[in-house]
Amino acid sequence: MTDSGFRLKGSVVTTVLLEIQTFSLDDIVFHLKEKIDQVPHFFNQAPIIIDISKMKRGIRLEEFEVLIQSVSALGLGVIGWRCDPEALPVWNASVTIPLLPASKARPINISPAVKEETSPDVVVKTVVEERLVPQATKVITKPIRSGQQVYAEGDLIILNQVSAGAEVLADGNIHVYGALRGRALAGVKGDADARIFCKSMEAELVSIAGNFMLSDALQNIVWKDSAQVLLVDDSLEIVPL
Amino acid sequence: MSLSGDTTLAKIIVVTSGKGGVGKTTSSAAIGTGIALKGHKTVIIDFDVGLRNLDLIMGCERRVVYDFVNVINKEATLSQALIKDKRTKDLFILPASQTRDKDALTIEGVQGVLEELAKDFEYIICDSPAGIEKGAQMALYFADAAIVVTNPEVSSVRDSDRILGILQSKSKRAEDGKEPIEEHLLLTRYHPGRVALGEMLSVSDVEDILAIPLLGVIPESEAVLKASNQGTPVILDTDSEAGLAYMDAVDRLMGEERPLRFLEVQKKGFIKRLLGG
Repeated sequence: MTDSGFRLKGSVVTTVLLEIQTFSLDDIVFHLKEKIDQVPHFFNQAPIIIDISKMKRGIRLEEFEVLIQSVSALGLGVIGWRCDPEALPVWNASVTIPLLPASKARPINISPAVKEETSPDVVVKTVVEERLVPQATKVITKPIRSGQQVYAEGDLIILNQVSAGAEVLADGNIHVYGALRGRALAGVKGDADARIFCKSMEAELVSIAGNFMLSDALQNIVWKDSAQVLLVDDSLEIVPL
Repeated sequence: MSLSGDTTLAKIIVVTSGKGGVGKTTSSAAIGTGIALKGHKTVIIDFDVGLRNLDLIMGCERRVVYDFVNVINKEATLSQALIKDKRTKDLFILPASQTRDKDALTIEGVQGVLEELAKDFEYIICDSPAGIEKGAQMALYFADAAIVVTNPEVSSVRDSDRILGILQSKSKRAEDGKEPIEEHLLLTRYHPGRVALGEMLSVSDVEDILAIPLLGVIPESEAVLKASNQGTPVILDTDSEAGLAYMDAVDRLMGEERPLRFLEVQKKGFIKRLLGG
Protein backbone atom coordinates (compact mmCIF):
# COMPACT_ATOMS: atom_id res chain seq x y z
CA MET A 1 0.00 0.00 0.00
CA THR A 2 3.03 2.27 0.33
CA ASP A 3 3.35 4.60 -2.63
CA SER A 4 7.00 5.42 -3.11
CA GLY A 5 6.54 6.84 -6.59
CA PHE A 6 8.97 4.44 -8.24
CA ARG A 7 9.80 0.79 -8.74
CA LEU A 8 13.20 -0.84 -8.90
CA LYS A 9 13.45 -3.48 -11.60
CA GLY A 10 16.12 -5.46 -13.35
CA SER A 11 16.60 -4.95 -17.10
CA VAL A 12 18.72 -6.36 -19.89
CA VAL A 13 20.02 -3.98 -22.54
CA THR A 14 21.82 -4.75 -25.76
CA THR A 15 24.97 -2.65 -26.00
CA VAL A 16 27.88 -2.15 -28.29
CA LEU A 17 31.31 -3.08 -26.99
CA LEU A 18 34.30 -1.06 -28.18
CA GLU A 19 37.31 -3.29 -27.72
CA ILE A 20 40.54 -1.30 -27.85
CA GLN A 21 43.67 -3.18 -28.87
CA THR A 22 46.14 -0.38 -29.38
CA PHE A 23 45.63 3.16 -28.24
CA SER A 24 45.91 5.46 -31.19
CA LEU A 25 43.27 8.08 -30.77
CA ASP A 26 43.23 9.39 -34.34
CA ASP A 27 42.98 5.90 -35.86
CA ILE A 28 40.25 4.86 -33.47
CA VAL A 29 38.18 7.96 -34.10
CA PHE A 30 38.70 7.73 -37.86
CA HIS A 31 37.73 4.07 -38.21
CA LEU A 32 34.94 4.29 -35.69
CA LYS A 33 33.46 7.21 -37.59
CA GLU A 34 33.68 5.17 -40.76
CA LYS A 35 31.74 2.34 -39.10
CA ILE A 36 29.15 4.75 -37.80
CA ASP A 37 28.67 6.33 -41.19
CA GLN A 38 27.85 2.93 -42.68
CA VAL A 39 24.88 2.40 -40.35
CA PRO A 40 24.24 5.73 -38.63
CA HIS A 41 20.79 4.78 -37.27
CA PHE A 42 22.33 1.80 -35.48
CA PHE A 43 24.90 3.87 -33.63
CA ASN A 44 22.88 7.00 -33.00
CA GLN A 45 22.95 7.48 -29.20
CA ALA A 46 23.70 3.77 -28.87
CA PRO A 47 24.90 2.70 -25.43
CA ILE A 48 28.52 1.63 -25.66
CA ILE A 49 31.02 -0.01 -23.34
CA ILE A 50 34.74 0.64 -23.74
CA ASP A 51 36.78 -2.51 -23.14
CA ILE A 52 40.51 -2.17 -22.56
CA SER A 53 41.16 -5.72 -21.47
CA LYS A 54 42.70 -6.69 -24.84
CA MET A 55 45.28 -3.89 -24.79
CA LYS A 56 48.80 -5.18 -24.89
CA ARG A 57 50.23 -1.94 -23.59
CA GLY A 58 48.36 -0.16 -20.83
CA ILE A 59 46.61 3.16 -21.14
CA ARG A 60 47.02 6.27 -19.03
CA LEU A 61 44.09 7.96 -17.30
CA GLU A 62 44.42 11.11 -19.44
CA GLU A 63 44.41 9.00 -22.62
CA PHE A 64 41.39 7.05 -21.42
CA GLU A 65 39.46 10.21 -20.59
CA VAL A 66 40.22 11.69 -23.99
CA LEU A 67 39.00 8.43 -25.53
CA ILE A 68 35.69 8.62 -23.61
CA GLN A 69 35.21 12.22 -24.76
CA SER A 70 36.01 11.40 -28.36
CA VAL A 71 33.63 8.43 -28.44
CA SER A 72 30.89 10.54 -26.88
CA ALA A 73 31.53 13.25 -29.45
CA LEU A 74 30.76 10.70 -32.18
CA GLY A 75 27.22 10.46 -30.86
CA LEU A 76 27.59 7.30 -28.79
CA GLY A 77 26.57 7.07 -25.15
CA VAL A 78 29.40 5.62 -23.08
CA ILE A 79 27.75 3.76 -20.22
CA GLY A 80 30.72 2.00 -18.72
CA TRP A 81 34.09 0.42 -19.18
CA ARG A 82 35.62 -2.98 -18.80
CA CYS A 83 39.09 -4.11 -17.93
CA ASP A 84 40.91 -7.32 -17.22
CA PRO A 85 40.50 -7.61 -13.43
CA GLU A 86 44.07 -8.92 -13.24
CA ALA A 87 45.44 -5.79 -14.84
CA LEU A 88 43.26 -3.13 -13.30
CA PRO A 89 44.99 0.25 -13.73
CA VAL A 90 45.82 2.14 -10.54
CA TRP A 91 43.65 5.04 -11.63
CA ASN A 92 40.50 2.89 -11.98
CA ALA A 93 38.67 4.66 -9.17
CA SER A 94 39.16 8.07 -10.82
CA VAL A 95 37.08 7.22 -13.89
CA THR A 96 33.68 8.85 -13.78
CA ILE A 97 31.82 6.13 -15.72
CA PRO A 98 31.07 2.78 -14.04
CA LEU A 99 33.51 -0.14 -14.23
CA LEU A 100 31.51 -3.14 -15.43
CA PRO A 101 32.32 -6.76 -14.65
CA ALA A 102 34.04 -8.69 -17.42
CA SER A 103 31.83 -11.00 -19.42
CA LYS A 104 32.01 -13.35 -22.34
CA ALA A 105 31.26 -11.43 -25.45
CA ARG A 106 30.59 -13.12 -28.74
CA PRO A 107 31.46 -11.11 -31.85
CA ILE A 108 28.66 -10.77 -34.35
CA ASN A 109 28.82 -9.14 -37.69
CA ILE A 110 27.03 -5.93 -37.93
CA SER A 111 25.96 -4.76 -41.35
CA PRO A 112 27.05 -4.22 -44.53
CA ALA A 113 28.87 -7.48 -44.60
CA VAL A 114 30.19 -6.61 -48.06
CA LYS A 115 32.57 -3.99 -46.73
CA GLU A 116 35.08 -5.96 -44.74
CA GLU A 117 37.33 -3.06 -43.86
CA THR A 118 37.88 -3.73 -40.24
CA SER A 119 40.63 -1.72 -38.79
CA PRO A 120 43.13 -3.85 -36.94
CA ASP A 121 43.03 -1.42 -34.05
CA VAL A 122 39.33 -1.22 -33.44
CA VAL A 123 36.93 -4.11 -33.22
CA VAL A 124 33.30 -3.28 -32.75
CA LYS A 125 31.30 -6.08 -31.20
CA THR A 126 27.70 -6.28 -30.27
CA VAL A 127 27.26 -7.88 -26.92
CA VAL A 128 23.90 -9.31 -26.12
CA GLU A 129 23.76 -9.43 -22.36
CA GLU A 130 21.38 -12.32 -22.10
CA ARG A 131 21.68 -15.18 -19.73
CA LEU A 132 19.89 -18.46 -20.25
CA VAL A 133 18.30 -19.07 -16.88
CA PRO A 134 16.54 -22.39 -16.57
CA GLN A 135 12.87 -21.43 -16.28
CA ALA A 136 11.82 -22.57 -12.87
CA THR A 137 8.36 -23.95 -12.32
CA LYS A 138 6.17 -21.71 -10.20
CA VAL A 139 4.09 -23.53 -7.59
CA ILE A 140 1.14 -21.77 -5.95
CA THR A 141 -0.72 -23.30 -3.03
CA LYS A 142 -3.28 -20.57 -2.30
CA PRO A 143 -6.44 -19.99 -4.30
CA ILE A 144 -6.13 -17.44 -7.11
CA ARG A 145 -8.96 -15.02 -6.41
CA SER A 146 -11.00 -12.89 -8.76
CA GLY A 147 -8.95 -9.94 -10.00
CA GLN A 148 -5.61 -11.61 -9.33
CA GLN A 149 -3.17 -12.42 -12.10
CA VAL A 150 -0.32 -14.90 -11.92
CA TYR A 151 2.37 -15.33 -14.56
CA ALA A 152 5.13 -17.91 -14.71
CA GLU A 153 8.07 -17.82 -17.10
CA GLY A 154 8.19 -21.61 -17.05
CA ASP A 155 5.43 -23.97 -15.97
CA LEU A 156 2.74 -22.92 -13.53
CA ILE A 157 1.33 -25.35 -11.00
CA ILE A 158 -1.61 -24.29 -8.85
CA LEU A 159 -2.60 -26.64 -6.05
CA ASN A 160 -5.87 -24.83 -5.50
CA GLN A 161 -8.69 -23.24 -7.40
CA VAL A 162 -8.59 -20.38 -9.89
CA SER A 163 -11.65 -18.21 -9.31
CA ALA A 164 -13.82 -16.64 -11.97
CA GLY A 165 -12.32 -13.29 -12.89
CA ALA A 166 -8.76 -14.45 -12.14
CA GLU A 167 -6.12 -14.95 -14.83
CA VAL A 168 -3.22 -17.40 -14.89
CA LEU A 169 -0.55 -17.20 -17.58
CA ALA A 170 2.58 -19.19 -18.33
CA ASP A 171 5.20 -19.45 -21.05
CA GLY A 172 4.98 -23.20 -20.46
CA ASN A 173 2.26 -25.54 -19.19
CA ILE A 174 -0.41 -24.76 -16.62
CA HIS A 175 -1.64 -27.32 -14.09
CA VAL A 176 -4.61 -26.51 -11.86
CA TYR A 177 -5.29 -29.09 -9.17
CA GLY A 178 -8.64 -27.55 -8.32
CA ALA A 179 -11.47 -25.94 -10.23
CA LEU A 180 -10.36 -23.72 -13.11
CA ARG A 181 -13.06 -21.04 -13.24
CA GLY A 182 -11.06 -18.07 -14.50
CA ARG A 183 -8.85 -17.65 -17.56
CA ALA A 184 -5.83 -19.82 -18.29
CA LEU A 185 -3.33 -18.92 -21.00
CA ALA A 186 -0.47 -21.33 -21.63
CA GLY A 187 2.40 -20.86 -24.07
CA VAL A 188 1.91 -17.09 -24.04
CA LYS A 189 5.25 -16.56 -25.80
CA GLY A 190 4.18 -18.81 -28.64
CA ASP A 191 5.02 -22.31 -27.41
CA ALA A 192 2.48 -24.41 -29.30
CA ASP A 193 3.44 -27.52 -27.32
CA ALA A 194 2.24 -26.01 -24.05
CA ARG A 195 -0.81 -27.59 -22.43
CA ILE A 196 -3.34 -26.83 -19.73
CA PHE A 197 -4.39 -29.49 -17.24
CA CYS A 198 -7.14 -29.00 -14.69
CA LYS A 199 -9.11 -31.03 -12.21
CA SER A 200 -12.43 -29.36 -12.97
CA MET A 201 -12.87 -27.50 -16.24
CA GLU A 202 -15.12 -24.49 -15.60
CA ALA A 203 -12.96 -21.90 -17.33
CA GLU A 204 -14.03 -18.56 -18.76
CA LEU A 205 -11.32 -18.89 -21.37
CA VAL A 206 -8.46 -21.25 -22.20
CA SER A 207 -5.70 -20.35 -24.61
CA ILE A 208 -2.58 -22.00 -25.98
CA ALA A 209 -0.11 -19.89 -27.94
CA GLY A 210 -2.86 -17.40 -28.73
CA ASN A 211 -5.50 -19.92 -29.83
CA PHE A 212 -8.37 -19.55 -27.42
CA MET A 213 -11.77 -21.02 -26.58
CA LEU A 214 -14.52 -19.51 -24.43
CA SER A 215 -16.67 -21.17 -21.80
CA ASP A 216 -19.69 -21.50 -24.10
CA ALA A 217 -17.72 -23.77 -26.39
CA LEU A 218 -16.04 -25.60 -23.52
CA GLN A 219 -19.38 -26.48 -21.94
CA ASN A 220 -20.25 -28.63 -24.94
CA ILE A 221 -17.02 -30.64 -24.68
CA VAL A 222 -15.89 -31.15 -21.06
CA TRP A 223 -17.46 -29.30 -18.15
CA LYS A 224 -16.89 -29.62 -14.41
CA ASP A 225 -14.63 -32.56 -15.07
CA SER A 226 -10.89 -33.09 -15.35
CA ALA A 227 -9.49 -32.15 -18.73
CA GLN A 228 -6.42 -31.17 -20.67
CA VAL A 229 -6.16 -28.57 -23.38
CA LEU A 230 -3.66 -28.95 -26.19
CA LEU A 231 -3.01 -27.55 -29.62
CA VAL A 232 -3.26 -29.93 -32.59
CA ASP A 233 -2.68 -28.44 -36.05
CA ASP A 234 -3.48 -24.92 -34.88
CA SER A 235 -6.77 -25.88 -33.30
CA LEU A 236 -7.51 -26.39 -29.63
CA GLU A 237 -8.48 -29.80 -28.42
CA ILE A 238 -10.10 -30.40 -25.07
CA VAL A 239 -9.54 -33.96 -23.93
CA PRO A 240 -11.01 -35.55 -20.78
CA LEU A 241 -8.35 -36.89 -18.46
CA MET B 1 -1.86 -8.71 17.39
CA SER B 2 -0.07 -7.54 14.35
CA LEU B 3 0.65 -3.88 15.00
CA SER B 4 4.01 -3.66 16.64
CA GLY B 5 4.62 -7.18 17.81
CA ASP B 6 4.24 -6.39 21.51
CA THR B 7 2.38 -8.65 23.86
CA THR B 8 -1.11 -7.14 23.72
CA LEU B 9 -3.69 -9.73 22.88
CA ALA B 10 -6.32 -7.61 21.14
CA LYS B 11 -7.71 -9.32 18.09
CA ILE B 12 -8.54 -7.12 15.12
CA ILE B 13 -11.44 -8.44 13.05
CA VAL B 14 -12.48 -6.75 9.82
CA VAL B 15 -16.04 -7.18 8.57
CA THR B 16 -15.83 -6.78 4.82
CA SER B 17 -17.52 -7.82 1.57
CA GLY B 18 -16.50 -5.83 -1.48
CA LYS B 19 -20.12 -5.38 -2.48
CA GLY B 20 -22.37 -2.86 -0.73
CA GLY B 21 -25.68 -3.52 0.95
CA VAL B 22 -24.96 -7.11 1.91
CA GLY B 23 -25.10 -6.50 5.66
CA LYS B 24 -21.61 -5.50 6.80
CA THR B 25 -22.72 -2.90 9.32
CA THR B 26 -25.61 -5.05 10.59
CA SER B 27 -23.14 -7.92 11.02
CA SER B 28 -20.48 -5.72 12.67
CA ALA B 29 -23.06 -4.44 15.17
CA ALA B 30 -24.45 -7.92 15.85
CA ILE B 31 -21.12 -9.69 16.17
CA GLY B 32 -19.51 -6.90 18.20
CA THR B 33 -22.46 -6.95 20.57
CA GLY B 34 -22.37 -10.75 20.73
CA ILE B 35 -18.68 -10.81 21.67
CA ALA B 36 -19.24 -8.14 24.33
CA LEU B 37 -22.19 -10.14 25.72
CA LYS B 38 -19.70 -12.94 26.34
CA GLY B 39 -17.78 -10.61 28.63
CA HIS B 40 -14.99 -9.52 26.26
CA LYS B 41 -14.24 -5.82 26.09
CA THR B 42 -15.02 -4.90 22.49
CA VAL B 43 -14.93 -1.81 20.30
CA ILE B 44 -16.56 -1.46 16.89
CA ILE B 45 -14.93 1.10 14.56
CA ASP B 46 -16.88 2.58 11.66
CA PHE B 47 -14.43 2.89 8.75
CA ASP B 48 -17.09 4.20 6.39
CA VAL B 49 -15.92 7.82 6.61
CA GLY B 50 -18.45 10.08 4.91
CA LEU B 51 -21.27 7.51 5.02
CA ARG B 52 -21.60 7.02 8.75
CA ASN B 53 -24.12 4.28 9.55
CA LEU B 54 -22.91 2.20 12.46
CA ASP B 55 -24.11 4.77 15.02
CA LEU B 56 -27.65 4.49 13.61
CA ILE B 57 -27.66 0.69 13.75
CA MET B 58 -26.30 0.86 17.30
CA GLY B 59 -28.79 3.58 18.26
CA CYS B 60 -26.17 6.03 19.50
CA GLU B 61 -26.33 8.66 16.75
CA ARG B 62 -27.37 11.41 19.14
CA ARG B 63 -24.33 10.85 21.31
CA VAL B 64 -21.70 11.35 18.59
CA VAL B 65 -19.52 14.35 19.45
CA TYR B 66 -16.06 13.42 18.22
CA ASP B 67 -15.22 10.75 15.66
CA PHE B 68 -12.50 8.46 14.29
CA VAL B 69 -11.01 11.17 12.05
CA ASN B 70 -10.86 13.65 14.96
CA VAL B 71 -8.81 11.08 16.88
CA ILE B 72 -6.52 10.42 13.90
CA ASN B 73 -5.95 14.17 13.52
CA LYS B 74 -5.43 14.49 17.28
CA GLU B 75 -8.33 16.94 17.57
CA ALA B 76 -9.84 14.73 20.25
CA THR B 77 -8.63 11.96 22.53
CA LEU B 78 -9.80 8.41 22.13
CA SER B 79 -11.74 8.52 25.38
CA GLN B 80 -13.61 11.61 24.16
CA ALA B 81 -14.60 9.92 20.90
CA LEU B 82 -15.49 6.44 22.19
CA ILE B 83 -19.20 5.96 22.89
CA LYS B 84 -20.11 3.46 25.55
CA ASP B 85 -23.06 1.29 24.56
CA LYS B 86 -26.04 1.77 26.85
CA ARG B 87 -27.38 -1.77 26.55
CA THR B 88 -24.32 -3.94 26.53
CA LYS B 89 -21.57 -3.76 29.11
CA ASP B 90 -18.03 -3.97 27.69
CA LEU B 91 -19.11 -2.55 24.31
CA PHE B 92 -17.87 0.70 22.77
CA ILE B 93 -18.37 2.37 19.40
CA LEU B 94 -15.93 4.62 17.54
CA PRO B 95 -18.06 6.45 14.96
CA ALA B 96 -16.92 7.59 11.53
CA SER B 97 -16.85 11.21 10.47
CA GLN B 98 -19.78 12.17 8.27
CA THR B 99 -18.23 15.36 6.90
CA ARG B 100 -14.93 13.94 5.68
CA ASP B 101 -13.91 11.41 3.04
CA LYS B 102 -11.73 8.30 2.97
CA ASP B 103 -8.59 10.38 2.33
CA ALA B 104 -8.74 11.40 5.98
CA LEU B 105 -7.60 7.87 6.82
CA THR B 106 -3.85 7.25 6.78
CA ILE B 107 -1.93 4.09 7.60
CA GLU B 108 -0.04 5.83 10.40
CA GLY B 109 -3.18 7.45 11.78
CA VAL B 110 -5.16 4.21 11.79
CA GLN B 111 -2.22 2.33 13.27
CA GLY B 112 -1.92 4.86 16.09
CA VAL B 113 -5.60 4.56 16.99
CA LEU B 114 -5.55 0.75 16.82
CA GLU B 115 -2.43 0.55 18.98
CA GLU B 116 -4.05 2.70 21.62
CA LEU B 117 -7.28 0.69 21.51
CA ALA B 118 -5.32 -2.55 21.78
CA LYS B 119 -4.18 -1.54 25.25
CA ASP B 120 -7.76 -1.57 26.58
CA PHE B 121 -9.78 -3.87 24.36
CA GLU B 122 -9.79 -7.59 23.65
CA TYR B 123 -11.61 -7.33 20.34
CA ILE B 124 -11.50 -4.56 17.76
CA ILE B 125 -14.15 -4.90 15.06
CA CYS B 126 -13.49 -2.86 11.92
CA ASP B 127 -16.68 -2.20 9.96
CA SER B 128 -15.39 -1.80 6.41
CA PRO B 129 -16.96 0.41 3.75
CA ALA B 130 -18.03 -1.23 0.48
CA GLY B 131 -15.65 -1.35 -2.45
CA ILE B 132 -12.01 -2.30 -2.72
CA GLU B 133 -10.53 1.19 -2.58
CA LYS B 134 -8.76 3.10 0.14
CA GLY B 135 -11.42 2.94 2.86
CA ALA B 136 -11.83 -0.81 2.52
CA GLN B 137 -8.07 -1.35 2.32
CA MET B 138 -7.52 0.72 5.47
CA ALA B 139 -10.15 -1.29 7.33
CA LEU B 140 -8.52 -4.62 6.46
CA TYR B 141 -4.84 -3.61 6.53
CA PHE B 142 -4.15 -4.39 10.19
CA ALA B 143 -6.64 -7.26 10.56
CA ASP B 144 -5.87 -10.58 12.21
CA ALA B 145 -9.15 -12.11 11.06
CA ALA B 146 -11.75 -11.26 8.44
CA ILE B 147 -15.46 -11.94 8.34
CA VAL B 148 -16.46 -11.87 4.69
CA VAL B 149 -20.16 -11.04 4.46
CA THR B 150 -21.75 -12.52 1.35
CA ASN B 151 -25.27 -12.76 -0.01
CA PRO B 152 -26.24 -15.93 -1.88
CA GLU B 153 -26.10 -14.36 -5.32
CA VAL B 154 -23.37 -14.40 -7.97
CA SER B 155 -22.26 -10.77 -7.94
CA SER B 156 -21.86 -10.72 -4.17
CA VAL B 157 -19.90 -13.98 -4.28
CA ARG B 158 -17.65 -12.62 -7.03
CA ASP B 159 -16.93 -9.45 -5.02
CA SER B 160 -16.21 -11.49 -1.90
CA ASP B 161 -13.74 -13.54 -3.90
CA ARG B 162 -12.06 -10.30 -4.98
CA ILE B 163 -11.81 -9.01 -1.42
CA LEU B 164 -10.34 -12.35 -0.30
CA GLY B 165 -7.59 -11.83 -2.84
CA ILE B 166 -6.91 -8.36 -1.44
CA LEU B 167 -6.89 -9.70 2.15
CA GLN B 168 -4.16 -12.14 1.19
CA SER B 169 -2.07 -9.69 -0.81
CA LYS B 170 -2.51 -6.15 0.51
CA SER B 171 -2.86 -6.62 4.26
CA LYS B 172 -0.03 -5.95 6.71
CA ARG B 173 0.17 -9.65 7.49
CA ALA B 174 0.64 -10.40 3.79
CA GLU B 175 3.22 -7.62 3.34
CA ASP B 176 5.18 -8.78 6.39
CA GLY B 177 5.00 -12.41 5.25
CA LYS B 178 3.29 -13.40 8.48
CA GLU B 179 0.63 -16.03 9.00
CA PRO B 180 -2.24 -15.04 6.71
CA ILE B 181 -5.44 -13.39 7.92
CA GLU B 182 -7.97 -15.97 9.18
CA GLU B 183 -10.95 -15.99 6.86
CA HIS B 184 -14.57 -16.60 7.85
CA LEU B 185 -17.55 -16.72 5.54
CA LEU B 186 -20.79 -15.21 6.83
CA LEU B 187 -23.68 -15.85 4.49
CA THR B 188 -26.46 -13.31 5.08
CA ARG B 189 -29.99 -12.76 3.74
CA TYR B 190 -30.30 -16.49 3.12
CA HIS B 191 -33.74 -17.55 1.96
CA PRO B 192 -34.16 -21.36 2.07
CA GLY B 193 -37.40 -21.22 0.06
CA ARG B 194 -35.75 -19.40 -2.83
CA VAL B 195 -32.74 -21.70 -2.67
CA ALA B 196 -35.11 -24.68 -3.00
CA LEU B 197 -36.63 -23.05 -6.08
CA GLY B 198 -33.18 -22.54 -7.57
CA GLU B 199 -33.48 -18.75 -7.43
CA MET B 200 -30.64 -18.34 -4.98
CA LEU B 201 -27.24 -19.98 -4.53
CA SER B 202 -27.16 -22.61 -1.80
CA VAL B 203 -24.73 -22.68 1.12
CA SER B 204 -22.71 -25.41 -0.59
CA ASP B 205 -22.58 -23.47 -3.88
CA VAL B 206 -21.07 -20.47 -2.11
CA GLU B 207 -18.71 -22.61 -0.03
CA ASP B 208 -17.58 -24.34 -3.19
CA ILE B 209 -16.76 -21.06 -4.97
CA LEU B 210 -15.12 -19.22 -2.07
CA ALA B 211 -13.48 -22.21 -0.39
CA ILE B 212 -13.19 -20.65 3.07
CA PRO B 213 -14.64 -21.91 6.39
CA LEU B 214 -18.28 -21.06 7.06
CA LEU B 215 -18.87 -18.96 10.18
CA GLY B 216 -22.62 -18.78 9.91
CA VAL B 217 -25.72 -18.45 7.79
CA ILE B 218 -28.10 -15.64 8.69
CA PRO B 219 -31.61 -16.18 7.31
CA GLU B 220 -33.43 -13.32 5.59
CA SER B 221 -35.59 -11.90 8.34
CA GLU B 222 -37.88 -8.96 8.89
CA ALA B 223 -36.32 -8.67 12.32
CA VAL B 224 -33.13 -7.27 10.73
CA LEU B 225 -34.83 -4.24 9.16
CA LYS B 226 -36.89 -3.67 12.29
CA ALA B 227 -33.79 -3.80 14.46
CA SER B 228 -31.91 -1.38 12.17
CA ASN B 229 -34.70 1.14 12.29
CA GLN B 230 -34.92 0.87 16.06
CA GLY B 231 -31.18 1.19 16.48
CA THR B 232 -30.88 -2.14 18.29
CA PRO B 233 -28.42 -4.79 17.10
CA VAL B 234 -30.49 -7.72 15.84
CA ILE B 235 -28.52 -10.16 17.99
CA LEU B 236 -30.39 -8.78 21.02
CA ASP B 237 -33.68 -9.94 19.46
CA THR B 238 -33.59 -13.49 20.79
CA ASP B 239 -37.02 -14.22 19.34
CA SER B 240 -35.78 -13.83 15.78
CA GLU B 241 -34.02 -16.48 13.72
CA ALA B 242 -31.52 -13.87 12.52
CA GLY B 243 -30.63 -12.94 16.10
CA LEU B 244 -30.13 -16.58 17.06
CA ALA B 245 -28.11 -17.28 13.92
CA TYR B 246 -25.79 -14.34 14.74
CA MET B 247 -25.34 -15.69 18.27
CA ASP B 248 -24.39 -19.08 16.81
CA ALA B 249 -21.87 -17.33 14.56
CA VAL B 250 -20.32 -15.52 17.54
CA ASP B 251 -20.09 -18.84 19.42
CA ARG B 252 -18.28 -20.38 16.45
CA LEU B 253 -15.97 -17.36 16.24
CA MET B 254 -15.06 -18.06 19.89
CA GLY B 255 -14.20 -21.60 18.91
CA GLU B 256 -17.35 -23.39 19.98
CA GLU B 257 -19.15 -25.94 17.83
CA ARG B 258 -22.68 -25.04 16.80
CA PRO B 259 -24.77 -26.92 14.23
CA LEU B 260 -26.12 -24.82 11.37
CA ARG B 261 -29.82 -24.05 11.64
CA PHE B 262 -32.55 -22.22 9.71
CA LEU B 263 -31.34 -23.72 6.43
CA GLU B 264 -34.49 -25.71 5.69
CA VAL B 265 -37.77 -24.46 4.33
CA GLN B 266 -40.10 -24.01 7.29
CA LYS B 267 -43.01 -26.38 7.02
CA LYS B 268 -46.12 -24.47 7.85
CA GLY B 269 -48.24 -26.08 10.55
CA PHE B 270 -51.88 -26.97 9.99
CA ILE B 271 -53.23 -23.99 11.92
CA LYS B 272 -50.82 -21.57 10.27
CA ARG B 273 -51.89 -22.83 6.86
CA LEU B 274 -55.51 -22.49 7.90
CA LEU B 275 -54.92 -18.90 8.91
CA GLY B 276 -52.95 -18.29 5.72
CA GLY B 277 -49.87 -17.19 7.69
